[in-house]
Parts: sequence; structure tokens; C-alpha cells
Amino acid sequence: MAEQAFVTGKIETPVGTVPQVATGVSWRDRWGAFRVRLGFGRMRYTVEPGLYGVGAPRQDSPVLVTANYKLSFDHLRTALAGHDAWILVLDTSGINVWCAAGKGTFGTAPLSVQVAASRLAQLVGHRRLVVPQLGAPGIAAHAVKRQCGFSVVFGPVQARHLPEFLGRGMQATPAMRRKTFSLSERAVLVPVELVIACKWALPLAVVLSGISGLFGPAAFWENVREHGGWTMAGLGSGIVAGTVLTPLLLPVLPGRAFSLKGAVAGLMAGLAFLAVLLSRPGGAGNDFAVWAWLLLIPAIASFFGMEFTGASTYTSLSGVRKEMRIAVPLQVAATLCGMLLLFCARRLP
Amino acid sequence: MRRRQLYLRGVATLRLEQDGCMGCGMCLAVCPQEVFVMAHGKARISEQDACMECGACMMNCPAGVIWVQSGVGCAQAVFHAMLGRGSEACCAIEEKPGGGSCC
Repeated sequence: MAEQAFVTGKIETPVGTVPQVATGVSWRDRWGAFRVRLGFGRMRYTVEPGLYGVGAPRQDSPVLVTANYKLSFDHLRTALAGHDAWILVLDTSGINVWCAAGKGTFGTAPLSVQVAASRLAQLVGHRRLVVPQLGAPGIAAHAVKRQCGFSVVFGPVQARHLPEFLGRGMQATPAMRRKTFSLSERAVLVPVELVIACKWALPLAVVLSGISGLFGPAAFWENVREHGGWTMAGLGSGIVAGTVLTPLLLPVLPGRAFSLKGAVAGLMAGLAFLAVLLSRPGGAGNDFAVWAWLLLIPAIASFFGMEFTGASTYTSLSGVRKEMRIAVPLQVAATLCGMLLLFCARRLP
Repeated sequence: MRRRQLYLRGVATLRLEQDGCMGCGMCLAVCPQEVFVMAHGKARISEQDACMECGACMMNCPAGVIWVQSGVGCAQAVFHAMLGRGSEACCAIEEKPGGGSCC
């Protein structure tokens, strides 16, 4: 990674030349963010770990710590427009601060090692590091102090609150400390959920269409034409319910378990799908198909709703384990029954 | 204030031994879910069900009086763990490009 487009200058310091980074967003940054938000190249979207500067940082400028996921780094440097600061990037293998903290790569020891490697003690006069609050699961402030002599101040959850935080003399307000999960924060996660679901579902859709072709009443291609489209649409309804409706409607869907929320969204999508299906001449064919879709669509939606726990900001491991113990067997049972009924629907007149 | 989104009731493993608490307030500072409050110079758990078991409080309690079975509340990670692939958190270093899907 020789060239990093966001590096716009050099800062000469007692510890050597430090790259100066821009606080603006280029078309290249926007394109990169767009791609990773869709789930492409997300595990390789990195910046080189080490020390950077924004503005014209001096001995007394704050040191802000972040992960080497470029999306995190971009949030940080763009939030610092008009400020003079040092940025210390830890090597988290391109994982964001919160997940890397959970994993330990954004942790006490890696931070202390990076502080020493960057010779921070010779660079700045103070002994203070600003660590994002979501790094706290990996970083023990009192242990960092012991290991490298720098005290840790936990900054706001969101980088955009940094100017206010710094302006207040590094005091966070309760609002800066709270991890929200608003509609816009959920909406931005929808594309990646949808893309990942489609990666799983496309082979499945091909197989299902093939099955409708093989076991349908007429010749192969006629069956695929007749039923394949509807099979894909049914599968699609479940995926959309689980990866789009569930995240967007999360707080208003009933229940607390994500699998239940997903199943309810799936039931709504299933009824909508059947309304369209039954309005066509010839309709669903028979009752078997109706019941099949009423099992399959909620089961698929429930599964993808459950998967959204990983992207959410307030689910616990104990809770996820508990809901999975109940939900996964039900999802499997509903899917098997649904497939069986669909098979019957295709075979019986 | 926005109504707080809560996950399953009565599952969070968070424990706080109030006797040893020094009242430094680190747990209040690092908790992203406002689980703790300070009362009479000691921290107290005000909303157990809001705990997402991230472990930030335990990690940053200098008195060592907070305990939680910390982990990532991610169904994908639980599947990975059941299949014996990596540890609990799937936000690990993924060998295969584009792999990993929970963070």
C-alpha cells in the first residue's frame, strides 16, 4: 500500500516525517465507502497503520486513536476539519473499532506497542490519548497508563461529536456516550445485508427453479417458466422482509427477539405475495401452495432478521444464543414443511 | 428522550459487586447503553436488560468488581463458533476476500 490518496503533505517532526492527511472527502473516498456499504471488498478496505497528522499539529495537539478500517479513518479525519491533531492508527486488519475491540486487536497491548513504535513520547509534550468510547471493550485505560505512561480519555461514540468534545476540554455529554440505532443508522446497513443474502440465495433460487422444472406437471422448461418465476419471487419476498423490512421497522415490529421480528415482517410480506399470486388467473394452483408460502417466507425472513443481530448495536451474546436455540429449529422445520407442501402443490392438480 | 431499544429480558450476565466499588465512574463513561448510574458514591446497575455484554465496563473497572460473560451478540458468529470456525467473534481476520459478514 504505497500510495494513499488522502495523504496531502508532510509534517517534519523530531521523530521523523509524518504524513499529513486531508480532512475533505474525495470522489475516490465516496466510491470506496459506497462499495463497502454494499459489501464488496469490505475486508480489504484498509489504511496503513501508524502516525498521521491533520492540520498543523504541534507538541500540545491531541492524539486521537483509531482502527485501520478506512471507513473509520475517514470518519475521523473528516470530523477534524479545521483542527490540528495527531492520529494514531492501530493495525486491526481492516476491522472497525468496535468489532476490533471485541476481538482484542484494538486493545491495550497493541495500543501500547503502537505508542512506543511511533515514539509518541518524543513527539508530544502531554501524556494523553483520546480513544473512541467503542474501543473500551478492548482497551483498559488504567492498564494503558501502566504499560506506556499515557492516560486514556474515552472520546465520543461518534467521530462527528469530536469537535464539540475537544471544545469542551475533552468532556463528553451523555448524548455523546450513548450508542443509538436510529432509522438512518439502520438504513445504511440494509444494502450490505441484502447483498450478502443474495449471495446465499442465488444458488438456492436456481436449485428451486430446477426442482419446479423437474417435478412440475409439464415439460422442464415449461415448468420453469410457469413456476420458476414465482419461486424466485417468493424467495425474494422472504429476503426483502428479513434484510430490508426488519432493519427499517425494527423498533415497531412486535417482540424483542430479532427472529420473531423477522418472522412477523415475513408474514406481512407473505400475505402481500399471496395477494398478488391469488389475483392472477389460475392463482396459486391449490391450497398447498398457499400454506407452503405462508411457512417459507416467514422462515426465510426470520433467519435473515436473526442475522441482523450482528449488525445491531444492542444485542448480547447470551440473548442471541437464547433466541437461536428456539428459533433455528423452528426455521428449519418451517422450511422443510414448506418445501414439502410446495412439492405437493406442484405434483397434485 | 428517545425510548431505549431493549433486547431479551433477563439474559445479560452482568454482575457488579458494589462493596468494592470506588465510585470512579469509568463504567458509566464506557457503557454505550447507559446501564449504570452513580448513587451515593457507588455505581449501580439501573437497567440490566440494556446490557449488550460488550465487556467495556469489566475491562475498565480498576477495582475489578464488574463481571460479564462478554462476547459479540451476532448470530453469524454463533454459527461460526458452532461449526468450530474461529472464536466467537466473526469479525476476525478473514483469509478469504469478501468473507465474513457480521461487522
